[in-house]
Amino acid sequence: MIRSKSHKDIHFADRFFAGTLQAIAWGVPLLLVFIAIFLTWKSLPTIRLFGFSFLTSQTWDPVQDQFGALPVVYGTLVSSFLAVLLAAPISIGVALFLTELAPSWLARPVGFLVEMLAAIPSVVYGLWGIFVLAPLLRTTVQPALAKSLGHFPLFEGPPLGVGMMAAGVILAIMIIPTIATLSREVFLAIPAIQRENALALGATRWEMMQIAVLKTARSGILGAIILGLGRALGETMAVTMLIGNRAEISASLLAPGQTMSSLLANEYAEASGELHLSALLEVGLLLFLVTFIINALARLFVWRSTLGKSPR
Amino acid sequence: MEISSFFSTRDLNAWFGKTLAVRAVNMSFAENTVSAIIGPSGCGKSTFLRCLNRLHEEVPGARVNGTVLLENKNIYSKDVDPVELRRQIGMVFQKPNPFPAFSVFDNVAVGLKLAGIRKSTILKDAVERSLRMAALWDEVKDKLNDAGTSLSGGQQQRLCIARALAVEPRVLLMDEPTSALDPISTAKIEELVSELKKAVTIIIVTHNMQQAARISDQTAFFLLGDLIEYGATSQLFTAPKDNRTERYITGRFG
Ligand SMILES: Nc1ncnc2c1ncn2[C@@H]1O[C@H](COP(=O)(O)OP(=O)(O)OP(=O)(O)O)[C@@H](O)[C@H]1O
Ligand SMILES: [Mg+2]
Repeated sequence: MIRSKSHKDIHFADRFFAGTLQAIAWGVPLLLVFIAIFLTWKSLPTIRLFGFSFLTSQTWDPVQDQFGALPVVYGTLVSSFLAVLLAAPISIGVALFLTELAPSWLARPVGFLVEMLAAIPSVVYGLWGIFVLAPLLRTTVQPALAKSLGHFPLFEGPPLGVGMMAAGVILAIMIIPTIATLSREVFLAIPAIQRENALALGATRWEMMQIAVLKTARSGILGAIILGLGRALGETMAVTMLIGNRAEISASLLAPGQTMSSLLANEYAEASGELHLSALLEVGLLLFLVTFIINALARLFVWRSTLGKSPR
Repeated sequence: MEISSFFSTRDLNAWFGKTLAVRAVNMSFAENTVSAIIGPSGCGKSTFLRCLNRLHEEVPGARVNGTVLLENKNIYSKDVDPVELRRQIGMVFQKPNPFPAFSVFDNVAVGLKLAGIRKSTILKDAVERSLRMAALWDEVKDKLNDAGTSLSGGQQQRLCIARALAVEPRVLLMDEPTSALDPISTAKIEELVSELKKAVTIIIVTHNMQQAARISDQTAFFLLGDLIEYGATSQLFTAPKDNRTERYITGRFG
C-alpha cells in the first residue's frame, strides 16, 4: 500500500518537474520570437513610411523626421570587422601559445586571466579607452599613420583619438577573450596523437601546429571568430564612449562614426516624436537580426568542429 | 662485433618524470629484418619504440639517456636534428590517424611537402609508389581527393603506412598497428610487413604472439621496463632461455 502510494508521488513529482522544465525550455525560444515581434510592431511607423530606403538613406535627422540607418549599419560593420581583423590573429596566437607551447604551470594562470578579461564590464573598457587608448592614438599612432599612409583615404584627416579606429581597437581587446578561449577549447579537443603523427613525419613544432592543429581546427576557429564578431556587433557602452558619435559615413578610420548600438544608447532616452522612437526600434530590430544570424552561424561552425566529428 | 650492426641501442633509459619506464636496454636490429617486441601491458614497449625516433622527448617531463646508433651515428648526439631524423625513422601508431582535414593524396604527400618537395610530378609519383607499397593503390586510386578519414579503418591504417613510407625512411616503427583492426585488415597488414622488409627495417610492437611468430625474424620480450630476452623468433617461441619468457608465451602471466 505505502509503496504504491509513494510510487505515485514520485511519478507526480517527475511529471511536475518535467512539465516545468519543458515550459522553461519552450519559454526561451518563445521569448526570442516575442522580442522580434515586439520590435517589428513598434517600428511599423518607420517601416511603412520609409520602407527599404531606411536601409539606404544616409540622413539621420530627428529634427526633420528624416531617418536612414545606413551610417550606423556602416559604422557597426566597419568597427566590428576592424575589431575582428585585429583580434583574430592575436587570439589564435594566444590560443596556440596556451595549448602548444606554454608549460602547464604557465598555461593555466594565463588562460584564466584571458578568460577574466571577458568579465570586465564594458564601461571599464570605455573608461580605459578614453583615458589611455584615445590619447595614445591621438598623439602617437594616428600621426604616424597619417605621415606614412596619409594619402590613403583610410587614414586621412586630423588625429582625433576618438573615432572608428578607437572603437575598433577597444572592440578587438574586448573580443580577444572570446576568440582565444574558444579556439583554445577547439585546440584542446584535438587528440595528442594527431600532433605526434605530424612530428613523426618530420614536422617542426611550427609545422606541426599548422598541420595537426590549425588545419584540423579550421571550422572551429572560424566559429570562434564569428562569435567574437557577434559580440563586437552588439557591444554598446565602450563603443559609445569611444566612437565619436556622429552618424556619418567616412572612408577614414580616423573620423568619428556611430554604430547601431551606440545610436540607441545615445538617443533612446531623449527620443521625442513617435517616428524617432519607431526609427530607433527599427535599428534595434536590425541589430537583433544581424547578431542572431551571426551567432547562429558561429554555433554551427563550433559545433561542427568539436562534436560533429567522431573523437579519435 | 656490433660495429656492423645497422640500428642499435646502448644502455637506453627512458623516464616519465621520476618513473623509469625503460631500463638499460641493449638491442640491435639487422637491416631488412622484422623485429617484434612483446610483453605485458605497461612494460615499456611503446616508450622504447618512441625513443628510437626521438618522439619520447616531446612528452612534457619525459627524458632519455643512452645511445641509439643508426649506421654508427648516435641519433642523440647534439648535431642531430630530430626533425631530420624522424624522416629516416618513420612511425605508425596503434590507431589509424589520417589528418582529418587532408585528402588521401595530401595525407601521403604531407611528409614530402614537409621535406620541401613541391614539384607535383614528383609528389604524384611518390604518392602512387607509397600507396602501392602499402597495398592500397587499387582501392583508393579513384578517390585520392576524398578525405583520408572517409576510408575504412583498415584502409586508414594502410594509408598511415603509406604516409610513413612516402619519405623513404630507413626504419619503420610500428606500435600495435593491427590492434584496432578486423582480422582481414590485420592479415593484409601482416602480409604487407613481410613484403616491406625488402625496403625498410621494421620494428613492431604487438600483443599478438601469433602475429609476432608469423611475421618477425627476431623477437624481444620486455617486462617492467627490462629487456628480458631477445633472439631469433623461432627459438624464442619454441625454446625460450628465460623462464619468465616461457611463462609469458605460454600464457601463465601478464
Ligand atoms: N605520458 C606518460 N606519463 C607518465 N607515465 C607514462 C606515460 N606513458 C606511459 N607511462 C608509463 O610508462 C610505463 C610504460 O608505458 P608504455 O606505454 O611504454 O607501455 P606499453 O608496454 O606500450 O604498454 P601497452 O602494451 O599497454 O601499450 C607504464 O608504466 C606507464 O604507466
Ligand atoms: Mg603501448
